[in-house]
Amino acid sequence: MHSDQESIRKTIKTYWMIGAALFVFTGITVAVNQVHLAVPLAITVALIIATMKGSMVASVFMHLNHERKWVYGALILTVIGFAILMLVPSLTINDGIGTPIHVEAPAGEHSGH
Amino acid sequence: MDMNIPYTVEERPDTGLTNGKLGIWLFLASEVMLFGALFSTYIILRMGAPEWPHGELNVWLGMANTFILIGSSVTMVMAWASLKLGDFGKHRIYLLTTFLLSAAFLVNKYFEYAAHWAHGELPSKSTFLAIYFTLTGLHGIHILGGMVVMAYFLGPGAKLYKKSPEQFTNRIEYTGLYWHFVDLVWIFLFPVLYLL
Repeated sequence: MHSDQESIRKTIKTYWMIGAALFVFTGITVAVNQVHLAVPLAITVALIIATMKGSMVASVFMHLNHERKWVYGALILTVIGFAILMLVPSLTINDGIGTPIHVEAPAGEHSGH
Repeated sequence: MDMNIPYTVEERPDTGLTNGKLGIWLFLASEVMLFGALFSTYIILRMGAPEWPHGELNVWLGMANTFILIGSSVTMVMAWASLKLGDFGKHRIYLLTTFLLSAAFLVNKYFEYAAHWAHGELPSKSTFLAIYFTLTGLHGIHILGGMVVMAYFLGPGAKLYKKSPEQFTNRIEYTGLYWHFVDLVWIFLFPVLYLL
């Protein structure tokens, strides 16, 4: 119990440091946004920072840096499902359903009602 | 006959986890899929839109809410750590702070929504506003749900600490896992909706 409490005390410092880092990264995200980068670059930078922040929350606050294999197992399945969900938009790129077919009307013919 | 729920304090030999902890992780897995589906929808809508509005949302209010939620995540994990150290008084201070920060988040969100509605910016007006209200509204409901749980542990649920401190500590840990997930979702919602 004593060593358990000692390790908790050490971890508390990490919690505060991670909290401070998350504040700093949020500031950086907004600062980068004020620079008005090109859209693809802005998206890349913002998502990289968000992923870093998310990893910090998950690994330290949610203790995923030292969890049991059953938790990792459930999360691996979730990651696979999430990846499939994120792939769905790319599948729609070549999807012609709902795309209006533009047919050239013969000269002089009006398409109005 | 013993009617106690098993493995609330000691870990199950096969999973190495308490039932509550495995349960909350499975619940969070379903939540990832729920928000994942909405993020996926957002991508489809944005890719298909001829143009996407910029600067419609108040970045500073969004940033303030990000700071508030990050702060609440720190106080939440400290509420659990205080229990692990046997300091129930500090635990209550941290949990109450988390509750107040989450209330501040919702108050901010209320002002944001009220400004949109006053300007006629309703979900029906544009695709962007529809997905914005859907995503932030669902997230707001999660904040509210977390507040209900926290209020319970600040009120009647706190009695369990006297009877079984370990079980109470575990319950706060599960609440914390949920709360950090809600924070994590906002960490992605903020840049996606407010900045890009």
